[in-house]
Amino acid sequence: MTPPGNERVPIQSEDDIVRARRIARTYAQELGIGLTNQTKLVTAVSELARNVYVHGGGGTMQIEIVSNRGNQGIRLTFEDHGPGIPDINLAMQDGYTTGNGLGLGLGGAKRLVHEFEIESWVGRGTRVTIVMWA
Amino acid sequence: MDRIPILRMGDLLLVTIQFELHDRLVMAMQDDLMRLIAETGARGVLIDISALDLVDSFTARVIANTAEMARMMDAETVLVGMQPAVAITLVELGLSFHGVYTALNAEKGVQLLKKIRGPLTGESSDDTAGE
Repeated sequence: MTPPGNERVPIQSEDDIVRARRIARTYAQELGIGLTNQTKLVTAVSELARNVYVHGGGGTMQIEIVSNRGNQGIRLTFEDHGPGIPDINLAMQDGYTTGNGLGLGLGGAKRLVHEFEIESWVGRGTRVTIVMWA
Repeated sequence: MDRIPILRMGDLLLVTIQFELHDRLVMAMQDDLMRLIAETGARGVLIDISALDLVDSFTARVIANTAEMARMMDAETVLVGMQPAVAITLVELGLSFHGVYTALNAEKGVQLLKKIRGPLTGESSDDTAGE
């Protein structure tokens, strides 16, 4: 089954984190992304979806198929309406954590994908966009 | 709630993670394993992750903590069967499981445990059959 090109997945529970990973894996397989990059992408999804759930109080993951000069990719946008991140540069550093993690979530996720963008508004929420090309 | 099965083989506890991990499942495994080490006096733990196609920082942290806790209870842990793509991803993520023994597969994991811990019961241990 070919997945539709645009889908929004709720992230409101631990089960949703697992579901978000599975859906991202399915899309990556459909696009013919190799196993190593699939694994990196799905791991980044796990980190970012957990951030949305734990720090953002829940949110969504939007999936889009994108193309650039004939090359296809998967773009995932994670959005929450949580407290936001006051200092993004600090939050991107390895070892930075406000929760019970290792503080590798954001910086680690960035290293795993081809493109990474983060925007945050204090008191309003955070949006992280990643792209993995096939 | 699902549980990750833990098998006892003599001095060894064998944890085989066979399905995708929920956070609470990993935490339950940690509790179960500590209880079993206390009950059985196991000296070695094998955690087989060969079926896992994803290990994120949360799971990695719980596994590393579990190995540390097991060590405090006099059991050494060997993590076995990591898939190549998982190893690549973990290192790029910034995790390298320092302080956790690893082996390519369960068989090599048992060999490593014997080297670290000496002969384990439940295995043929000729060198202790003195008389």
